[in-house]
Amino acid sequence: MNQYQVSPAEKKFIGSHILVAILALAVGSLFGPLQAFEHAGWDFYQYLKPFIKSYYQGLTVHGVLNALVWTTFFIMGFLTFLVIFGLKRQLKNPTLNKVGFWMMVVGVVAAAIPILTNQATVLFTFYPPLKANWAFYVGLTLVVVGSWVEGWGLFMTYAAWRKENPNERTPFVAFASLITAALWQICTLGVAVEILTMLLPLSLGLIDGVDPQLARTYFWFTGHPLVYFWLLPAYISWYAFLPRQASNSKMFSDSLARLAFWIFLVLSTPLGFHHQYVDPGVPPAWKFIHSMLTFGVFFPSMMTAFTVIASLEMGARKSGGKGAFGWIGKLNWSDPSVAAQLLAGILFFFGGMGGLTNASYNVNLVLHNTAFIPGHFHLTVATAVTLSFMGISYWLVPYLTGRKLWQPKWATIQAWVWFVGMIIFSNSMHVLGLLGAPRRVPLGLAPYVPAEWNSRLFQVGLGGAILFVSGAIYLLVMLKTATNKERVESEVIVPVADSLQDVAQTPEWLDRWAPWLYGTLALIVVVYGPQLVDQIANIALTSPGFRVW
Amino acid sequence: MSTQKMHIDRYERNWMIVSAVLLVLFASAVSVAAFGMGIQVPAPEQRVNPNTVATDPNSPWSNPGLREVAPGKYDAYILAHAIPNWEYLPKEISVPVGSTVSFYVTSPDVQHGFKVQNTNANFMVIPGQVSKLTVTFDEPGTYNYICTEYCGSGHGVMYGAITVTP
Ligand code: HEM
Ligand SMILES: [Cu+2]
Ligand SMILES: [Cu+2]
Repeated sequence: MNQYQVSPAEKKFIGSHILVAILALAVGSLFGPLQAFEHAGWDFYQYLKPFIKSYYQGLTVHGVLNALVWTTFFIMGFLTFLVIFGLKRQLKNPTLNKVGFWMMVVGVVAAAIPILTNQATVLFTFYPPLKANWAFYVGLTLVVVGSWVEGWGLFMTYAAWRKENPNERTPFVAFASLITAALWQICTLGVAVEILTMLLPLSLGLIDGVDPQLARTYFWFTGHPLVYFWLLPAYISWYAFLPRQASNSKMFSDSLARLAFWIFLVLSTPLGFHHQYVDPGVPPAWKFIHSMLTFGVFFPSMMTAFTVIASLEMGARKSGGKGAFGWIGKLNWSDPSVAAQLLAGILFFFGGMGGLTNASYNVNLVLHNTAFIPGHFHLTVATAVTLSFMGISYWLVPYLTGRKLWQPKWATIQAWVWFVGMIIFSNSMHVLGLLGAPRRVPLGLAPYVPAEWNSRLFQVGLGGAILFVSGAIYLLVMLKTATNKERVESEVIVPVADSLQDVAQTPEWLDRWAPWLYGTLALIVVVYGPQLVDQIANIALTSPGFRVW
Repeated sequence: MSTQKMHIDRYERNWMIVSAVLLVLFASAVSVAAFGMGIQVPAPEQRVNPNTVATDPNSPWSNPGLREVAPGKYDAYILAHAIPNWEYLPKEISVPVGSTVSFYVTSPDVQHGFKVQNTNANFMVIPGQVSKLTVTFDEPGTYNYICTEYCGSGHGVMYGAITVTP
């Protein structure tokens, strides 16, 4: 089969994204185990004092580099690849994409300087009136705007393709990538307004105070859809790559996959108040409405689960898989990319259940800001997303560099070690949260820890140690692959699955942007508008900034 | 073109129906707990000026502490502050068992959290806002209230305690 060839220059451009992403993960993840050890009472920070002043400086590095830099760079690189490959077309305006990429890089550096000099120990949520050095906010702004610019480059490429192919269905991987990029453009408006109207002016001394409640509302306008920006690229891989990789199968339902992505676009943004259930300044009625919509956005994830599992099962049965669950053994577990993504998917099931629990309005009273929350999102962003991206990199990096994957067996082991470490780590964090342990506290040193938490705190440390091993293997495999003298024999085949249905049969309304975009904006206006207007009309810029670290 | 119909597999349709029913069930359970059993999240209570709330003599938080408003009913005005040394004022309160306590908490500096262990009281403390929830203490014992939001270097040691006496 002749696949479309992505040009060497474009491969290099995509590869630069992946490189920055992995560097960020390397540094960011280093602190994860250190934090976990701190919970277990093994204090390493005392030895790090010359470089890292506190648990919280490390936690800021961990949150920013992992949750913001690793994800955003990997995603922008992967989406760029998917659009080019899916549309079988070069970028319309490569310079624009390059400008976006370099803005992001400069932004990361600008934010890193104050973080590493302990002038921005505000964690990755940077809630005011914590006041960081202005360069931190400038850096974040550049990362966001840079990612917008790259997104515009992708939209222009799509527009050009559409002109050339007026009657064709957009190929699924490009289609889903464009929706993900659009979602990002819409939702990041919240944090952009927060930074530009409050945080940056405060840090520059242009205003004396901010309104912390309104700032939270802006922040979470972005904060929830952010998790879909992380998740959807993993979903694209599960829908469109995993079936072929795991069981040489096809995508079960092209139309429903597309419908799921549209629902994600429409529903991801207007539910940010589910992060603010226990905020004093938001009326319960709005919190309740957002909680109901949160149940709604769970629906397309259920559709995803069906299509992905059905696609896998179809292929596994063809190659002789039997029994209700026996076919799972027939999947191609020896391929590290498959093992990583399947294990990511399995843990995501539990992440989803935890997510539903968090989302359940008053149940949140028990869980809010407890260790349950990091327990939850290490199953989602740190496993479903991160382990899937690792799995993707196991074929994508050889594809981009022309170098063979170094020791696939070690790559497979890496995935399993992550899986085991995360089960231990995350389970104990969930339990600690239910027992009342707060998050963002080095619990090994906290004065109020009752003895019955101790065995769980130890398990957090143990899980962290296992995860450290897995992370180290991943970096080793990547380093050895990027410098591998062994080249791939021929072009690496991009393992994208065909659709079971004839894509030409996919209804045309699933390929039209305007109705869905208007629907998205309309829903945002209805469920966010009144509160935004109210909170802005009653704004009180009375909270001065503080540096309390 | 636009008359093309979407193909949906039978199993897939059933799965979607089951999913929808499940989600409606979850949503109903939450609604019953919220409106039937009255387990509610915080509502806007009052706005204050964080620059004066701890010092203005007319502000109850200039003199934080417990006030008995009716027999067995208390209002607890609690100040959560990072400056100078990450603590709640007052650090300790004591009520007899069976008391109903309404917590009114605010911050003169950065954001904090307030979680009373083993109760449903858990909320954000945001400068400029007053957070309120009410708890009835039916069991004697010590209930720590701990800070659940990062508020600077001392976040991990910030807590207080309610003693419920028999
Ligand atoms: C190497 C494995 C990892 C370990 C052992 C680990 C461990 C931890 C621990 C112990 C915390 C602190 C909890 C607290 O104090 O509340 C934490 C926070 C966090 N982690 Fe990880 N983590 C790992 C990897 C990751 C990855 C890959 C991501 C994202 C892609 C991630 C994202 C986060 C975020 C966003 C936070 C919250 C930071 C905050 O509260 O400000 N972690 N992690
Ligand atoms: Cu959310
Ligand atoms: Cu705190």
